Amino acid sequence: MSGFVTFFGDYTIQNVMMGAALLGLISGVLGSFAVLRQQSLLGDTLSHAALPGVCLGFMIAGARELSSILAGALFTAILAALVVLVLTRASRLKTDAGLGIALSVFFAFGVVLLTYIQGTGNASQGGLDAFLFGQAAGILRSDLYLMGGITAFSLALVAAFWKEFKLVSFDPAFAATLGLPVVLLETVLTVTIAFAVVVGLQMVGVVLMAAMVIAPAVGARQWTRRLEHMVVLAAVFGVVSGVAGALISATGQGLATGPLIILSASALVLVSILVAPERGLVWEGVKRWRDRRDLEANKVLTTLYGLAAHHKDPAYPAEQGMIDTYHRIATRHALSRLAERGLVEPVEHMRDQEGPHWALTEAGIVLARHLRRDPVSG
Amino acid sequence: MDTITAVQTAELHEPQWAVHVEDLTVSYHGKPVLWDIDVNIPPGVMAAIVGPNGAGKSTLLKSVLSLVRPTAGHIMIHGAPYKRQRRRVGYVPQRSSVDWDFPTTALDVVMMGLYGHLGWFRYPGRQARRRAMSALEEVRIADLAGRQISQLSGGQQQRVFLARALVQQADVYFLDEPMAGVDATTERTIVDLLHKLRDAGKTVVVVHHDLQTVADYFDWLMLLNVRVIAQGPVAKIYTVENLRKAYGGQISLLERGSLAGLRGIDAPPAMPSEVTDGSPTGSRATPVGMP
Repeated sequence: MSGFVTFFGDYTIQNVMMGAALLGLISGVLGSFAVLRQQSLLGDTLSHAALPGVCLGFMIAGARELSSILAGALFTAILAALVVLVLTRASRLKTDAGLGIALSVFFAFGVVLLTYIQGTGNASQGGLDAFLFGQAAGILRSDLYLMGGITAFSLALVAAFWKEFKLVSFDPAFAATLGLPVVLLETVLTVTIAFAVVVGLQMVGVVLMAAMVIAPAVGARQWTRRLEHMVVLAAVFGVVSGVAGALISATGQGLATGPLIILSASALVLVSILVAPERGLVWEGVKRWRDRRDLEANKVLTTLYGLAAHHKDPAYPAEQGMIDTYHRIATRHALSRLAERGLVEPVEHMRDQEGPHWALTEAGIVLARHLRRDPVSG
Repeated sequence: MDTITAVQTAELHEPQWAVHVEDLTVSYHGKPVLWDIDVNIPPGVMAAIVGPNGAGKSTLLKSVLSLVRPTAGHIMIHGAPYKRQRRRVGYVPQRSSVDWDFPTTALDVVMMGLYGHLGWFRYPGRQARRRAMSALEEVRIADLAGRQISQLSGGQQQRVFLARALVQQADVYFLDEPMAGVDATTERTIVDLLHKLRDAGKTVVVVHHDLQTVADYFDWLMLLNVRVIAQGPVAKIYTVENLRKAYGGQISLLERGSLAGLRGIDAPPAMPSEVTDGSPTGSRATPVGMP
């Protein structure tokens, strides 16, 4: 128990966990809108585009000072977003191509600046490359205030413009006919993604930040039918994976926190894609298997009906072997399932010479008639 | 409502028309999609905009709604530009224009029609919910209010869009292909509802793709193919000659006179309706006889 207390009492671990939770919160909420607007790649571009800003902030401040570094990151990330906007509006370039171009150009520029700074031998440049993959342990309490402030501001924006953001994400053209400033709202949504990126810079770094924007939202989407629930659940997924990553890293042997956070989020996504009700792959597989089974049973039922009609005897006893031959498969399971549903019943017929026989029940006749008229909805 | 008084006191341009379009040209990448269009639609009619693919039907609608910026010309709704008449206009976009996998319910989508009335920083409340519910009742899918929109059929999705326009309580409704890809029941429901709106004095403008039903559903027709081919009451405009002008060579089916209510052609007697055998053992049900 005392080990538990010292563990959570550890100042660094506290800071890391709080930072990871903040990151998860902001990226879960804002990532939901990015994913629904089919702009998952936006997070990738903006986070890579933050690197030159990190370097510029460092050069201007002349030291590793977080506020100026984050301001620089925010500046170049937003600049990249603008470049994408201009590229896609002014030329015939598609959005994905625009995002890809902005990503690589800005990132390349960032790496050039990074190597330049390292070459100048500035004593305080140590740790600047930590922004590539994140260095959670280096986080300070004062950094948390900055991250918390940005997160609170972004969440307040989302709360204030909830219905506008929702409508613009779902149906921007209709939003425009209502007189909403669609371009402005979309720009604000994009800028908030840049906020999330900036909050995540120190924790997970520019390379992996994209996953943090996408993963919690994609996972949450699987479980919910309403935007309200999706956003809340994405925030929960984000916080849980942030804290889980921080904890695993703290207990393990110096494993990097940032990648562990991303791996935790990815694990949540994997589980969500597999088992979420309705949308999960497992349930879809089960449903498909059930459908195929029902289809088989329905085919057997209409065969029985056809035989009965041909013999002009509603209670015509059809022999199982005959049905098997027609369907070229063993129909015993299909028949017993139909019997369970009260659609057919086993009948005694020439017991000594022949195999089992089956006849339609009243309900079976009704359903078969319906199926033949309307084979789809049965 | 203060917007309307503002409009009335301001100077109006051609206020006798519900929709007035003058000298409109719209181009994409330098290519004209609409060329020098003049349109006048009187209030209280149900109007169809009809023309071949690429005729600019949707573009015309989008220009009227200020979603597309025209190269030249101006557009008035009840005598004033769209910006001043937003509250009097309802819009049903093409169903395929949105992602129906968006996590939201039918009722929620309908309430979006009220966002313009609500204004900033206000959330839809009980009254909005009630209005949205009654709109869903009008399109006869009130029982699906809580359904996630991806689980609705195409026809039901179209009804949701129509309900969203209904809550706007507009004077002029614009609908982009509302009958495309919907089932017959939905089509009937939509048409009945639109007729009801027209009978209540509203103006209904529909981009329509089905020549067969033009004469049945509409009383005003505009034939479009980049330019306006003809416009006016259906009885006057719906002629073979006009359709041929609008569709060019694509309209060989007209020669057979298969279109109801078409003027200028002697329609042959209708085909006898298909003979169907209702009995379960009838000739249609071939697998009966068995192997």
